[in-house]
Amino acid sequence: MSDPSPKNPAEDTESEPRPGRARKPIGWSTIFIAVLVAVSAALVWRRDGTDGVLDILTHDLSLFSGILPRVLAGCLLGAFISEILPHEKVSRSLGPKSGLMGLLIGTAFGAILPGGPFTVYPVGSALLAVGADFGAVIAMVVSWTLIGYGRAVAWEIPIMGTDFTLWRILISLPLPVLAGALGRFVYVRLYRKLPTKDDET
Amino acid sequence: MSAALFIDILLWGSVIGVGLIAFRRGRPVFVASLREGAMDFVNIVPRIALGVIGSGYIAAIIPQEVITGWLGPDSGWLGVTAAVVAGAATPGGPVIGFSIGAVALKSGGGVPQVVAYVVAWALFAFQRVILWEIPFMPARFVWFRCAVSVPFPFLAAAIAAVIGKP
Repeated sequence: MSDPSPKNPAEDTESEPRPGRARKPIGWSTIFIAVLVAVSAALVWRRDGTDGVLDILTHDLSLFSGILPRVLAGCLLGAFISEILPHEKVSRSLGPKSGLMGLLIGTAFGAILPGGPFTVYPVGSALLAVGADFGAVIAMVVSWTLIGYGRAVAWEIPIMGTDFTLWRILISLPLPVLAGALGRFVYVRLYRKLPTKDDET
Repeated sequence: MSAALFIDILLWGSVIGVGLIAFRRGRPVFVASLREGAMDFVNIVPRIALGVIGSGYIAAIIPQEVITGWLGPDSGWLGVTAAVVAGAATPGGPVIGFSIGAVALKSGGGVPQVVAYVVAWALFAFQRVILWEIPFMPARFVWFRCAVSVPFPFLAAAIAAVIGKP
């Protein structure tokens, strides 16, 4: 809040073209999964016959139709967030120089972000595009996966029990910040793109 | 399931919230981000379809017992390492991951090993990384994130060993 810059953030978001999130063509990872799925389906067919294949197909199709609206929500959330967050503010509070505070903000953000993988990855990608650094986004992604409430409430508590889940989350509390700090530490030494005069982070 | 409904409400509530903020910045901003989000969606759906519809087959051919076997009462760091590998190699969604953890816990698996398994699954489950993380994020970020995360299942297991059972 102590920003002396006279820049008008509204004008900033209007005039600046969004750094592109390049859309990837079908890459090797998709091909890898396609082959894996084809081989697995063939093995299931040999073991259980056509009925076995169709059983799994109908189950997964219903799963997919349930997930689809959430994927849309995640994409919209990512697009809106990258549009409304002013770049300078994001790079100040989540950028390479944001220090421990940036990692804590990333962690908190990951912990409260609603939804699943269909939310966290589009939002993380949007934050990277508007000036967050790898460290802060690593903290966010790791925090979502380890201490986010969404998966814990929906899956872990029913299956693993409340005691184990809360205890496991307690153990995981420091990990996102540590992962983000390690990420930053390695990133600076690996890519050497940043001036390192105040790299006490 | 009410938890799922709760999460859906939060999710769409957030979308509406940020959408309203974008709308107040002006119609062009709103329309542009709406189009951007829709394009992302259209581009991502084939990959998600492949993964979600295919994951049932992958899960069906890797029997859970194989992975549970790796989480046996075999204590020590070798067991933790096996648990980390098992977590990364577990196919399918959270039901499978947590069920394996629960079975291991009930059938006498060591607590640090089960913690290492659950944390490794959360961090590295290959199917989620390939199906969700890589399509949405820059690939360079994803590999970097995974590499940097490697020590943490071990750290979690160490903390679990120190502070004891739940």
